[in-house]
Amino acid sequence: MGAVRLTSSAGELFYNHMVVDPRERVGQTDRLFFALSDATRRDIVTRTLDRERSVSELGRLYPISLTAVQKHVEVLVDAGLVTKHRNGREQLVRGEIDQLRRAHTLLDALESVWRARLGRFADVLDKSTGKGSA
Amino acid sequence: MTVSNVATNPEARTVVITAEFTASLADVWQLWADPRLLERWWGPPGFPATFEFDDLRPGSTITYSMTDPEGGDRFDGTWTVIDVDAPTRLVLADAIVDDDGTPSDGNSITRMEIDLEAVGDMTRMTLTTHFDSLDAMEQAIAMGVAEGMKACLSQIDALLVE
Repeated sequence: MGAVRLTSSAGELFYNHMVVDPRERVGQTDRLFFALSDATRRDIVTRTLDRERSVSELGRLYPISLTAVQKHVEVLVDAGLVTKHRNGREQLVRGEIDQLRRAHTLLDALESVWRARLGRFADVLDKSTGKGSA
Repeated sequence: MTVSNVATNPEARTVVITAEFTASLADVWQLWADPRLLERWWGPPGFPATFEFDDLRPGSTITYSMTDPEGGDRFDGTWTVIDVDAPTRLVLADAIVDDDGTPSDGNSITRMEIDLEAVGDMTRMTLTTHFDSLDAMEQAIAMGVAEGMKACLSQIDALLVE
């Protein structure tokens, strides 16, 4: 994921919270972060963002069996991080930027929660030590 | 106050935030150790927090609640104090709990490590937040996201220089 720097707003996340069933959403998020917890899977997403690659082509990139690569791809499909479609005899895999964006959105939102909280922390600190306007 | 670094790690489900304050170590520590001060910054604006504890003791459980005065929405939470080394280190497990005091959904526990360090005449605070599940992470965000939208850092900094 290091190659892609994505940002988005907390507002978008809040909106999603209102329109998506929370329970369904939690399941999706768990799958998303589970999928991103493996280095090979992250690499597959990165490599399929710029162009589609076949499962067999991906298989040649890693020192693991083709079956293992197929399993990784299935986890990524479940998480919505890649989509798969058939082209003749080939299975093509394509990275989905929107799901990656979502992972970043969550962490960005969390960061903004803490930034706001630390802002209040500083405010109270200044007043308690007599430095602020109080 | 300056937030000098934010490191998020999706794989480890951690957020590490480093901030520096122009105040002594003891004064910064008091904002965690004094419930009356804690109440003034923990909850989002419009959701005043109430904490009940006398001191921070390892193994103790501290209860708090945040209430929306208008809508009546209320969140109850607990802090389980894991480690205390005043005035430099505090480790807590934070959970939002149901009416009977058990963590909601059984897995919404967040571990927080607070480390304080004197740097010249400043105090550096390093906050490591670790979520044991994404459920917990989403819950934390859902509760705080409204404030995130309302209050950006620059606005608060503007208040400080009034």
